Amino acid sequence: MSEGRQRILGGIRRALRRGPLDAEAVAGVDRRLSEPPRGPLPGRAQTDHTALFRRMAEGASATVAPLETWDDIPAAVAAYLRDRNAPTQVCLAPHPELTGLPWAESAPTLTVNDGPPSGATAVGIARGHTGVAETGTLFLHSGPDGPTTLNFLPEFHIVALRAGELVGVYEDAWDRLRADDGWVPRTVNMITGPSRTADIEQTLQLGAHGPRALHILLVADGHG
Amino acid sequence: MTTHRPSAFAENVPGALADDQLQQALGNIKQGFVAKRARAAGDLPEFEALRDHARDIKDHTLNHLDAYLERYESRVHAQGGQVHWCPTGEDARRAVVDICTRVGAERCTKGKSMVAEEIGLGDALSAAGVTPVETDLGEYILQLRGEPPSHIIAPAIHLNRDQIAEDFRRAHLTLPPQRALDTARALVDEARGTLREHYLAADVGITGANLLVAETGQSVIVTNEGNGDLTQNLPRVHIVVASLEKVVPTLEDASTILRVLARSATGQEVTVYTTFSAGPRRPDDPDGPEEFHVVLLDNGRTGMLGTEFQEMLRCIKCGACMNHCPVYTAVGGHAYGATYVGPMGAVLTPALQGVEEAGHLPNASTFCGRCEAVCPVRIPLPGLMRRWREREFERHLTPLPVRSGLRVWAFAALRPRLYRLAMRAPLRVLGWLGRRRGRFGWLPLASGWTNHRELPAPAGRSFMDRWRAEGRDDT
Repeated sequence: MSEGRQRILGGIRRALRRGPLDAEAVAGVDRRLSEPPRGPLPGRAQTDHTALFRRMAEGASATVAPLETWDDIPAAVAAYLRDRNAPTQVCLAPHPELTGLPWAESAPTLTVNDGPPSGATAVGIARGHTGVAETGTLFLHSGPDGPTTLNFLPEFHIVALRAGELVGVYEDAWDRLRADDGWVPRTVNMITGPSRTADIEQTLQLGAHGPRALHILLVADGHG
Repeated sequence: MTTHRPSAFAENVPGALADDQLQQALGNIKQGFVAKRARAAGDLPEFEALRDHARDIKDHTLNHLDAYLERYESRVHAQGGQVHWCPTGEDARRAVVDICTRVGAERCTKGKSMVAEEIGLGDALSAAGVTPVETDLGEYILQLRGEPPSHIIAPAIHLNRDQIAEDFRRAHLTLPPQRALDTARALVDEARGTLREHYLAADVGITGANLLVAETGQSVIVTNEGNGDLTQNLPRVHIVVASLEKVVPTLEDASTILRVLARSATGQEVTVYTTFSAGPRRPDDPDGPEEFHVVLLDNGRTGMLGTEFQEMLRCIKCGACMNHCPVYTAVGGHAYGATYVGPMGAVLTPALQGVEEAGHLPNASTFCGRCEAVCPVRIPLPGLMRRWREREFERHLTPLPVRSGLRVWAFAALRPRLYRLAMRAPLRVLGWLGRRRGRFGWLPLASGWTNHRELPAPAGRSFMDRWRAEGRDDT
């Protein structure tokens, strides 16, 4: 036990004029951690999640493409990149639902790899975990299928998500994540729109250090 | 040029007021941060309830701070990270430098961290031979200029693009000298290209933390640029520098605080990137750092617990108080000569640096109350500034003329009859003298006021006199 630790914890207890918490207070703290109470929730999340998610994400300068089926993804990616005159080398997150898609047949113009992203990666495609309607926010997390740097290095960040993975509020997203194997992952990213800065004269510029564009492929798959 | 110490506030102010470029930059705050915050708060009907809840979360956590820090630490350990408990800034600097030395770091990137500014981490690292590259665009520009930040969330708010273009030409010598740098876009792109190389080459990445989550052992950063994420995911080692009052119990609590943070700070619904980091990369992770350290700083904060200043520890560093402060928006952040500026700085700085050094800052307030009205965790900032004034007075730090003047005034104010009697003649004389212009450009003993603005002439009769003569029967 380090001296600094003792000094700080002792200092806190002295300042609060008590010793270590009594058993009842400790139980209170542990209960608060194991059964986290929710605070006030935005009522706006009680509306249709798909419409709200889309409106909020677009309000944060993301683009949203509604797709009918998961297999529509390769063609939708090819069309999106072609419309923007963007590079055709695409880096996939090594997620089976992405690597298993028929890229060669459905998107022959693209060169696809699932290796680790580098500083030169122009287009990255990730698998979202959950979308939160209240602010149009994507939740992604690190793991064997999800390199975190893929969310930040590319110029174009494309995220595939099923409409059934949309929830209303952040608290619902945490409940979904807590239910996963491997919780807590090294990194959970909440992402709302592309990178930006207003550090120069308070004027907004997209694409500061991270992606200049965030494109969300929202697959209905029977939902919505 | 301003002097960077709080006791120099009064001498820094005239220069700031006369700096046209600074005044123009500060003028942007009203249409920017203030208008956007009002819109974002208005768009969320639950905003006021969320502010109450955020306040309650912080109060609960501060009253159980030891327990939540212990639980946070045990979660960090369970995930393979380390917590370094640092009572002082010196301890924290040493902890960071020791890690960098042990891993043989030559290059280091750094996300925005006010705590790092507070403890002078950059200078300590430079002295140890590991100069950190600031990656937040505003901080990067300030590093090139050798200046401290002038705002806690918009550090380069006092600069314009011509100044920044000049700095870039001076610093980026490998780029063509004739390149166009006349737009914000061109400047952002140049910084993006330059910093990209630093991210990829760094051995250690240092970030701050907006929150620490006891439930999960996660540290949380919010950025719009994505610089913090590149800083903490590409190097071999990630060091989080955080002050201990950043801890909250659970992700539900973090969610509440995030809902009020971005809206109060920039008027966004939420910041673009909010990142939760727990420990080093897992064995099957394709990327992420191999080591994860949290440098947990006290530096005088536990001394505020249990005192009248405990409420200040609720601060989530959004900057709303300074954006809405008539003093801050008149003089900017550098005049304060401190890491923390505006109303929150005026309360925090005397606690961290002593009332002898920083006693001026709580006096730099009109007590208009806007800071308290917008504070997302409802810190009674004017009340706390008043407490510092009282302490300054009690400790005889206030100048003698002010002290004796206040004493005379207090004597009279406690004796209403005497007060009214004593005021009657001067009011009549001043009212008569100023009857034509309605104001004075000069008055004996009042040059401190009249040198800079005119004093309105009194009406000639006091309210109490008029009330007695005419008001009483009018109800």
